[in-house]
Amino acid sequence: MGLVWTLVALVVVLAIAWRFLGHYMAAVYEGRVKWAAFIERPFYRLMGVNPEAEQSWQRYAASLIVFSGIAILATYLILRTQAYLPFNPQHLPNVTPALAWNTAVSFVTNTNWQNYSGETTMSYLSQMGALAVQNFVSASVGIAVAVALIRGFSRKGSKTIGNFWTDLTRGILYILVPISFIGAVIFMAQGALQTLGGPVHIHDVLNGFNQTIPRGPVASQEAIKQLGTNGGGFFNANGADPFENPTGLTNFLSISLMLSIPVALTYTFGKMVGSIRQGVAILAAMTIIFGSWLAIGAIAEHQANPAVTAAGLTHQTTGNMEGKEVRFGDTSSALYNVVSTQTSTGSVNSANDSYNPMGGFATMTGMMLGEVTPGGVGSGIYTILIYAIIAVFIGGLMVGRTPEYLGKKIQATEVKLAALGTLVMPITVLILTAIAVSVHAGQVAPLNKGPHGFSEILYSFTSVTNNNGSAFAGLSSNTAFYNIIQTFGLLLGRFAIIIPALALAGTLAAKNVVPASLGTFRTDKPIFVGLLIGVILIVGALTFFPAVSLGPIVEQLSHGKFF
Amino acid sequence: MLTHIRRSIVACIAFFAVLGLIYPLVETGIGQALFSHQANGSLTPYGSTLIGQKWTGPKWFQGRPDAYNPMATGGTNLGPRSKTLVADVTKQIARLKKDGIKPTSSLVTTSGSGVDPDISPSGAYAQVDAVAKARGLPVSEVKQLVASNITGPEFGFLGSSYVNVLKLDEALAKLK
Repeated sequence: MGLVWTLVALVVVLAIAWRFLGHYMAAVYEGRVKWAAFIERPFYRLMGVNPEAEQSWQRYAASLIVFSGIAILATYLILRTQAYLPFNPQHLPNVTPALAWNTAVSFVTNTNWQNYSGETTMSYLSQMGALAVQNFVSASVGIAVAVALIRGFSRKGSKTIGNFWTDLTRGILYILVPISFIGAVIFMAQGALQTLGGPVHIHDVLNGFNQTIPRGPVASQEAIKQLGTNGGGFFNANGADPFENPTGLTNFLSISLMLSIPVALTYTFGKMVGSIRQGVAILAAMTIIFGSWLAIGAIAEHQANPAVTAAGLTHQTTGNMEGKEVRFGDTSSALYNVVSTQTSTGSVNSANDSYNPMGGFATMTGMMLGEVTPGGVGSGIYTILIYAIIAVFIGGLMVGRTPEYLGKKIQATEVKLAALGTLVMPITVLILTAIAVSVHAGQVAPLNKGPHGFSEILYSFTSVTNNNGSAFAGLSSNTAFYNIIQTFGLLLGRFAIIIPALALAGTLAAKNVVPASLGTFRTDKPIFVGLLIGVILIVGALTFFPAVSLGPIVEQLSHGKFF
Repeated sequence: MLTHIRRSIVACIAFFAVLGLIYPLVETGIGQALFSHQANGSLTPYGSTLIGQKWTGPKWFQGRPDAYNPMATGGTNLGPRSKTLVADVTKQIARLKKDGIKPTSSLVTTSGSGVDPDISPSGAYAQVDAVAKARGLPVSEVKQLVASNITGPEFGFLGSSYVNVLKLDEALAKLK
């Protein structure tokens, strides 16, 4: 019953976010919101940017790539020199080169895959000044790309798609900072840490137990980690750690924050292209897939864990509790992890690796659909719009006319760019997984044996290439091999989709609008929603079914077998 | 190109100052001023109520079989078809039965954080007889103590009911 009411509350919160945050974001990117101009203007002055000057898609993309490159470098430098910098009460040493490189790329690409334990690796300055900064910045980059692509649809005969520096700055100052600011206060009130005091040592006289408790500025990072669909935990246990996610309320807040911007962007999209119904159609496709995967995950985790049953506990009333926190229970845990994997956040409040086979199937394959249901901030909507182009193209093939989407003719260039945008992810995931399972350095990493060990490897490359960041965390991936090879997935999964998306924005913006006629395929009707869902599922299933069969599916089918 | 690089460097420095220093430090100020108990780790004289501890011996209510090392948080990551997990849980079931405690899910499985401060109400009730016997207390009194330490889901539906082991054992210590 708890899950039903939680979902009802979630729908209410998201409906409000969809309508009002969606409306507000459209106003922000159309330059109609100015309340923070006093902070915004100095930014432009420092950068030497004229906020009104628009860029072609090539200049927009170049600005984005160079900025992301410098951001990787800046993050890397802070991690490599943290021992000499302030806010390091634990006197932690500099992060090693391969790990610092992996972490810098991971945070700049909005992934937050973590090959380290925060509590024993990162100084407070690294957490606040390197990692949390990228949580804001990479999220804003994602939304900027989405808005640029939306402008491609909404403009006619335009050579430009906006200004990267303006979009980047406005997303941070008007959207991410205010919401995070309030979110962090709620996290603190509920029990999340927010201190610069170092670890404390306690001795409990009742039981004679000694403990060293790490602390840090957690709440401020927690809020943006969820809102920006980043997902990197302050501590190793991430959202399972009581200092990050202390109560049922913060668990709900986390889920709401993860979903707010990706869901609201469908309203922003509808608003900017002049038809809210178009946004509703996209949201409907997202919701139907998300709902189905949530059902798989929640039902799976509500079942007993087969290993616990085999050990002799035959009467389990609470579902699979291995790797889960008592204060959340089985279904709230499954809800959090399904949301986190389908928003490209990747934070976890329970151990994915210990999920039942179909629970792990839900979190892993949720990412394999390309992180579009609703996907990460910005990346969700720009990726699903790429799928929408494929959908109208297939629809056009069926009836034999030139496809259109939102009044723009979809021609060879657009279809090629969209195909590139959809295929980069699966190809990268499968090739990197194939490499890892064929070499010794890749084979030795899994903790679990049998199909579950293969799942750990497959999950890792699915996660990094979809810029998710969650893990089947038994994988020992803080090795030179994984630290380096994962960055190929991280970079390709981010930029090899952003560049086609911006190129699409450019070619679409330059086109004129074809007036709708009787023969136009309506993209705000259920039939389009069905077609879009079909395209997403078919692309995902065709590319990943063989690999998934070797992992979660065979594991589900091996009744009574243990490895 | 050079313009892009210069702008990127300036932007990184400006964002570092605003997002990496001002934002978290202002939040820290707010936390220390308004929620200093929570922001500093919910510390009591016996430890943090949010970080579980190891309780040994029949005189105390026990938590989950976690490692309880907050400097190395995380779950075991053992999968649902892991022989190691079967063996670990078998060991926990045997240990509980030896202490006269009926095993429940939360008492034989480890958590996601490795420092779960809570057990389920059924896990607490399962220990009542053993604790009452070891302390020479009436069973009804110990049962009453457990009942008064159950925290329900927030607003009645967010999360699950739980019992905080540190608070329960603190209350238990005060009984006699």
